[in-house]
Amino acid sequence: MKYSYYPGCTLHSTAIEYGWSTEAVCEALGIDLVEIEDWNCCGASSAHSLDPHLALALPTRDLMRAQAVGADIVMPCAACYGRMAAADHKMRSDSAWRKEMEAEFQTEYIGAARPRTLVDVLGNDLSPEALAAKVKRPLNGLRTVSYYGCLLIRPPDLTNRWDDPEHPVVMDRILKALGAEPVQWAHAVECCGASLALDRADVVTVLSGRIVQGANDAEADCIVCACPLCQANLDSRQKGISPKVPVLYITELMGIALDLPGRSKWFAKHLVDPRPMLRRKGLE
Amino acid sequence: MTTGATASLSSAVRTSAASTAGNAQRVDPSFLPTVEALSHENIRRCYYCLKCTAGCPTAYAMDYGPAHVLKLVQLGQKDKVLQSKAIWMCVGCETCWTRCPNGIAAGHVMDALKQMALREGYAPAERRVLVLHRQFLTSIRLFGRVHELSMLALYKLLSGDLFTDLDLGARMFLRGKIPILPERIKGMSKIQQLFAKRPRGQE
Repeated sequence: MKYSYYPGCTLHSTAIEYGWSTEAVCEALGIDLVEIEDWNCCGASSAHSLDPHLALALPTRDLMRAQAVGADIVMPCAACYGRMAAADHKMRSDSAWRKEMEAEFQTEYIGAARPRTLVDVLGNDLSPEALAAKVKRPLNGLRTVSYYGCLLIRPPDLTNRWDDPEHPVVMDRILKALGAEPVQWAHAVECCGASLALDRADVVTVLSGRIVQGANDAEADCIVCACPLCQANLDSRQKGISPKVPVLYITELMGIALDLPGRSKWFAKHLVDPRPMLRRKGLE
Repeated sequence: MTTGATASLSSAVRTSAASTAGNAQRVDPSFLPTVEALSHENIRRCYYCLKCTAGCPTAYAMDYGPAHVLKLVQLGQKDKVLQSKAIWMCVGCETCWTRCPNGIAAGHVMDALKQMALREGYAPAERRVLVLHRQFLTSIRLFGRVHELSMLALYKLLSGDLFTDLDLGARMFLRGKIPILPERIKGMSKIQQLFAKRPRGQE
């Protein structure tokens, strides 16, 4: 399986462990990721807040460059995915805009490749049976809560409903195939506070705190997520919460189950160190 | 809705505002159609079911919830809306759009209102939110990708919020999650061209 790959800025910085684990897991599963050459930032929340033109033109440059690969574009980050999906939708639905962008980038937009998020590919293009067959160290006894947050599954007009926007199930399906025990909780699609991370940290502390507390109420061993900003907010705003809850990327848990090398390096990047919990579960 | 209908709505608002002594607000009949054009959203379809406000994660920190903002736009309350905290507290989580029975993306309306407030010189009620967005875009303009270290340093200096979360920043830095050097892309000339095309008031 070949895909065009858009890591996005955070997978080289604050979410470097998501980048490492994504690449390792895809390689182990025979998923060929071809990085888009000279990709740029999608613009994230800041571009769509301040500038409607940049908000679409920045990700459109990436969509245009991805056409060289000729396969669906995979992005691990939920926010990148939201912007790419919005830009792709605009190109498909507004012919005047498409012509303007085709002139801007001197490239025809064929639209054969779709922006997809990594969990969609791992959970829908790969069967749970095929994944389970590759598991070497089943995550037996690990109670997980799947956290989607916002842009991975919303708005359904842009996601093509690869998972249900109010009651998503794909992450649980992956985790079950890995041998884990995903449990029900009430916070799977709540917002962590997102881009208010620094300028209104008080709000993020309230929103992310509720989510982490929800994981404790469900007696989960860890929160499983697929977004660098969600991970950073949930990982960093746990003051006053006891016990602290490790927040792992789904690819990190896949890395354990597939017994991939070098993963202690990933876990060392976390603020709430997941290693004591993993050791307790015999999964380090 | 026709212009006539807008006018009759505005006059109804004027009457009701006049009957509330001391609470009269300037009504701008062009506000609703302008915001609809900028946001590409059909705001007059809102019948105030409040699902957006009920699901909005940051509504508790807003002065007006999302449904209230849509109502104020319908009623031409331009000053109130463009001076509000609400427009800056929206994080674009898309819960409102997902749940709206009339398909209104209230978050897109909030974005259009932020841009309008800046263009028309309204002081942002949440200044730090604006400073961060601007520094984020500056980073893209300089490198094509975001460089957290310089962006955060500029944000700290320009927001005046010097000391919050320094410990958190240090912990991230020590874990090697905040690279010292930026990644600069090769295609910077195109990125700079895209920035140069921005309409006035958004730079």
